[in-house]
Amino acid sequence: MALLQISEPGESSAPHQHRLAVGIDLGTTNSLVATMRNGIAVVLNDHEGRPLLPSVVGYSRTGGVQLGYAAQAEQARDPKNTIVSVKRFMGRGVKDVANIENCPYDFVDAPGMLKIRTAAGMISPVEVSAEILKALRERADQALGGELVGAVVTVPAYFDDAQRQATKDAARLAGLNVLRLLNEPTAAAIAYGLDNAAEGVYAVYDLGGGTFDISILRLSRGVFEVMATNGDSALGGDDFDHRLYCWVVEKAGLSLLSPEDTSALLIKAREAKESLSAHADARITATLSTGDAVDLTVRQVEFREMTHNLVAKTLAPTRKALRDAGLTVGEVKGVVMVGGATRMPHVQHAVGELFRQAPLNNLDPDKVVALGAAMQANVLAGNRPSGDEWLLLDVIPLSLGIETMGGLVEKIIVRNSTIPVAQAQEFTTFRDGQTAMSVHVVQGDRDLVSDCRSLARFELRGIPPMVAGAARIRVTFQVDADGLLSVSARESTSDVESSVTVKPSYGLTDDQITQMLKDSYEHARDDVHARALREQQVEAERMIEATESALRQDADLLSAGEIDAIGAEVAALRQLAGGSDQRAIRVQIDCVNRATGPFAARRMDRSVRRALTGRNVESIGS
Amino acid sequence: MALHLQQNFFDLFDLPARFDLDAGQLDRVYRDLQSSVHPDRFVNAPEAERRVSMQQATHVNEAYQTLKNPVRRAAYLLAQHGIDPQFETNTAMPAEFLIEQMEWREAIEEAAGSADARELDQLSSRLGGELKRMYAQIGHQIDERGDFSGAADTVRKLMFLEKLGMEIGDAMEALES
Repeated sequence: MALLQISEPGESSAPHQHRLAVGIDLGTTNSLVATMRNGIAVVLNDHEGRPLLPSVVGYSRTGGVQLGYAAQAEQARDPKNTIVSVKRFMGRGVKDVANIENCPYDFVDAPGMLKIRTAAGMISPVEVSAEILKALRERADQALGGELVGAVVTVPAYFDDAQRQATKDAARLAGLNVLRLLNEPTAAAIAYGLDNAAEGVYAVYDLGGGTFDISILRLSRGVFEVMATNGDSALGGDDFDHRLYCWVVEKAGLSLLSPEDTSALLIKAREAKESLSAHADARITATLSTGDAVDLTVRQVEFREMTHNLVAKTLAPTRKALRDAGLTVGEVKGVVMVGGATRMPHVQHAVGELFRQAPLNNLDPDKVVALGAAMQANVLAGNRPSGDEWLLLDVIPLSLGIETMGGLVEKIIVRNSTIPVAQAQEFTTFRDGQTAMSVHVVQGDRDLVSDCRSLARFELRGIPPMVAGAARIRVTFQVDADGLLSVSARESTSDVESSVTVKPSYGLTDDQITQMLKDSYEHARDDVHARALREQQVEAERMIEATESALRQDADLLSAGEIDAIGAEVAALRQLAGGSDQRAIRVQIDCVNRATGPFAARRMDRSVRRALTGRNVESIGS
Repeated sequence: MALHLQQNFFDLFDLPARFDLDAGQLDRVYRDLQSSVHPDRFVNAPEAERRVSMQQATHVNEAYQTLKNPVRRAAYLLAQHGIDPQFETNTAMPAEFLIEQMEWREAIEEAAGSADARELDQLSSRLGGELKRMYAQIGHQIDERGDFSGAADTVRKLMFLEKLGMEIGDAMEALES
C-alpha cells in the first residue's frame, strides 16, 4: 500500500489504483454494507434490491444457518433458535441484559460473555455477529468483483472495551480486515457534514434498536472533533417494543405465555410501534397457541405516555454530554437524528424541545451510518489524494481505571479524552521481598469497582525482591484509535523486565478464535490452509509495496548499507510470498518490520518537520 | 524515538513558553500535526510505521491537552522552571481562602438542598468569573513578574476552585434526574 499521506501533497509515487473498501453498519435490528461508487457513497442491496439485512440468524440441528429476512420469517415459529438483536449480548454477561426473562434463548453464563445454547450447539454472540458480517462481505464481494482491502465497521460510541473487542473478533471471524472501528454518531456526522458542507457544533442523537448514543462534535475545515459523547448501550427501540408488549399482556389479561407466543406478540408490538409513527392508532391482533385471541387498539397518545420515561432516559445522558463539552444548548447549531427509532414523533418532539430547534432529518436515519462508514473506509484504504482527507478526532466514552483498596476505582484515563491516548501509572510493592502484584483494570465512571466493567487482570511477576516501597513498576495504559486498551509494564529500578500476563476478563483468546475459524470452515467450503496462506501473501504484498514506495521517496534518510539490508529482507520476502510456506512468510514479514523500524521513525520525523516548516513559512509571510 | 517528541510542548506548537497563549495557533498546529501522524493515515502502512504513528499521535494529544487547559499549562510552565507545585502533598492554604471555600460549599449545599437550579446557575457564573480572574493573575505572575512560587500558590487555589465547579455540576445533574 502506498503511503500517500506521508509524501508532500500531490507527490504520491504509487500507481493510481482504486482500492475496494466498504463501510458496515452492524446494527441491532438491521445491518448494511455501503461503498463509494463514482465519488458517491451507496448502500449495496441484496439480490431482491433490499438495502437492509435484518440482524437475525437462525440455527438448526443439521448445522445450517439462515440469515436476514429468511431467518426473520422463522422467528415466531422457532424463537429459541432464531437469534435477534445479538448486538445486545456482545461483550455482556447474563446480568447485563435487561428484560432477559422475555428473551426466549437458553442463555449460559460464561466468564466475560454469555453463550446461547441452540439446536446447533453452544454459540457465542461473536459467532452470530460473524455470520451477519460474512453475509455482508459476500454481498460486497459480488457487487464489487474484487478483493476487499478492508472494512470500516461501526460501533455505538458508548460501547466499552469488551463490546468493541467482541465486534472486532466477529469481523476477524468473518474474514474482514477491519480498517477502523468507527463510532456510529461520528460516521453519521461524516455523511452529514460532507453532504451539507456544514461547519459548527452539532449534536448527533442516535437511537437504534438496542443502543443510544449522543455525541457532540465540532466540524471545522475538514476536522471532525468529538467534544463529548455519552449514551446508554442498553437502551433502544427494542425497549419501546417491550413496553408495548407488556401493555398488551396486561390489557388482554394474559399470563404464562409460551416463547412462541411471546415472540409473536413482540413482533406485533414492533409493527404497531412503527405504524404509530404515522397514524393516530394501531390495531394489534393475534391468535395465541392456547387458542386465545388478542384484539386491541392502542392510540398514539397512550403509547407516548407508556414510553415517556424511556425517552426521558435519553435526555439525561444528552445533558451530561453537553456539560462535559462545556456547552449550552444555544451553542449547538443543529441536532442530527440517526436510527430508525428516531422516527417516533414523541422522540422528535422531546429532542426538539431540549435543543430548542427542529431536529435535522435530511438523511435516511437507517442508512446514514453505513454511508459515513463507507466514506471513511474510502479514505483509510488510501483512495483519496493526500491533502484532501478530513481528520477524525474521536474520544474514549468511559473512563479507565484500576481497582484500589476497598473496591474503589482510581481513574487513569478520563472519559472524553481524545484518542489515541496513553497514561502511565507507577506502582510499588507493599511488603518486603514482594515479587508479584495483581492489578485489576476496569472501565466506567462509577466510584465502585462492582459498578464498572471489568476489563482485565494483570499479574506482574518477576519483580526483584526489595524492601517494601522500593520497586518502581511503571504500567502504561494505551488506548488506540479503535478505542481499545492495551497495557504494558516494566520495573524501572532494576535491569530486570517484569513479565506481564494480561488476562482479559471477557473476549476470546487467539486459540478460541482459531478454533471457531476451524469450526466455521467445516460448515463452509473454504479450505483452512489456503485461506491462511492467502492472508499471509496479501500481507506480504502490502508490506513490499509500502516499503518500496517509502524507499522511492525517502531513501536519502538511509545509509547505503541500511538500504542494502532492507533490500535484502524485502527480496527474501518477495521470494517466500511466491511459495506456500505460510509460517516462513510470517517470520520474514517480522524481519522486514524489524529492519524498517528506524527508517519509519526517521520518515515520520521528516514528515512532521515538513508540516511545521510549511507553517513557519506561512506565518512569516502573513 | 523521533527527535521532535523530546522537545518542549511549546516548541512543538511553535509557541513562546508563556502562560498567555495564542489559542488559534495552538488549534491550527494541532490539526496540522495530527494530519501528519494520526493512525488513520497509516492504516495500510507496515507495523513499524503504525507503531510510531500511535506513539506520536498520543504524544501530540498529550501536548495539546496540557497546553489547552490553563491549570495544566501553568503546572507545566512551573515544572519547566523547576517548581513542583506539590499539589498532592502541599494542602496548606491561607485561612481567608479556606473560609471562602467553606462559604462556597455552604452556598452550593443550600442551593442543592432547596433544588434551586437558578441559584446553582448563578453560582456557576460567579465561579467562572473567579476562575478567569485567577488565570489572569497566573499569567501576570509567570509572564510578567517571573514570580513562580506565587504562581504555584495561585495554581493550588485554582485546583480547589475547579473542585467546586465539579460539585456544582454534580448538583445540577442531580436536580435534572
